[in-house]
Amino acid sequence: MSHLSTNHLLGIKNITKNDIELILSTAKNFKEVINRPIKKVPSLRDITIANLFFENSTRTRTSFELAQKRLSADTVNFSASTSSVKKGETLIDTVNNILAMKVDMVVMRHPNAGACVFLSKKIKNCKIINAGDGAHEHPTQALLDAYSIQEKLGTLKGKKVVIVGDILHSRVALSNIFCLQKMGAQVKVCGPATLIPRYIKSLGVEVETDLKKALAWADVANMLRIQLERQDIKFFPSLREYSMMYGLTQDILDSLKKDILIMHPGPINRGVEISSEVADGKNSIILEQVENGVAIRMAVMFLLAGKQN
Amino acid sequence: MAAAKILLNQQNFEITLTRLCHQLIETHNNFENTVIIGLQPRGVFLSKRIHKQLVQLTKNKNILCGDLDITFYRDDFRQKELIPNQTNIPFIIENKNVILVDDVLFTGRTIRAGLDALLAFGRPKQVELLVLIDRRFSRHLPIQPNYVGKTIDSIQSQNVKVEWKETDGQDKVTLLNT
Repeated sequence: MSHLSTNHLLGIKNITKNDIELILSTAKNFKEVINRPIKKVPSLRDITIANLFFENSTRTRTSFELAQKRLSADTVNFSASTSSVKKGETLIDTVNNILAMKVDMVVMRHPNAGACVFLSKKIKNCKIINAGDGAHEHPTQALLDAYSIQEKLGTLKGKKVVIVGDILHSRVALSNIFCLQKMGAQVKVCGPATLIPRYIKSLGVEVETDLKKALAWADVANMLRIQLERQDIKFFPSLREYSMMYGLTQDILDSLKKDILIMHPGPINRGVEISSEVADGKNSIILEQVENGVAIRMAVMFLLAGKQN
Repeated sequence: MAAAKILLNQQNFEITLTRLCHQLIETHNNFENTVIIGLQPRGVFLSKRIHKQLVQLTKNKNILCGDLDITFYRDDFRQKELIPNQTNIPFIIENKNVILVDDVLFTGRTIRAGLDALLAFGRPKQVELLVLIDRRFSRHLPIQPNYVGKTIDSIQSQNVKVEWKETDGQDKVTLLNT
């Protein structure tokens, strides 16, 4: 059980339960490291990592960069807006040029689903980590969510998790579903019918359109952002109406008569999917998720770097 | 090949631990400014045992003892698969005398990593090394122990197996031919 079954982290779908357990247990060690007076270990000092972000990101990118620095890796950053991609260079050419400069690992975010899988088939001698590909997968987010739940509730097995909001456009939802199910948790999705893809039932996920019912069932609620930038048509009449039907407020939480964990992958639209009171309240572990994100990413990069090709 | 050779049996084991404790008391007195740190995974059994005996001998219940995992500081982690253990040092070692504890000293690489890892917890005044078994003449680095349970001569292909009551049911050290 001491090593990963894969050379790349492309998605949660193609890794095993053992892989997830190994990453979570290694992350626990790294969480201890990042809470030390000196937060840095020299494990990856001979590794160079390129961060290729073809899509905007603050949290994930900062988190990856910090994780790399705390592992003593050398890093190069690349964002599509300031690069030759604008001049018409293809993805493979861009990556091969960067690899020619002797890079050992690539962290990539791309607006198209499957970009990382595509890349992994075309290039050699390089580990690839998917930092989000379109509306497909965002594996490190799912891992850090799983870690955060496990840390608070002790285990994932048998826990009930509801994912609320824009399921259709969310890579976080899909990765979370795969990850939670592999770890033995039950998953429900909740949102307006227009934002819930039909295939979701084929994954063994229940659909609930009433937020209160879904929350009454759940131990954990993962609130997703409405991804307006990915919506080319109107999926609901207005943000205000969405917020009235699916926004999580303190009143709803109080009416549950039990404590549930509130999570959010960020960025938060305060007052839309979650009220400020709930986001900053005692049930919210939103900032802990961010902290755990660094530990999870350190674990993923440490384990992949240690893996023989 | 000759059969396995017993280096320390139950009785010798206890005598050796007691002797090591007395040697520590000789230099560190009442352990006011001294902490004990065991290296994960197997050095921790030794450090816990020594700590327990020191508390009895010195009647000082406040002797600090921590566990240090050195996986992230190793120089060979890409050559073999390693599983990290827990680090548990709930105190600062700034300006303290540190006694680093491990079961077997062989190439010295673990200790090198341990010294590196230690720096993340402050600048110690002094670091000493205590080992149960010193496999002399096999060092890859210029590292020597300050306190030794038993010094042995061994060749590369041999293995030293240290068993602990806590996990293996008995205290025993054997030299295995592989």
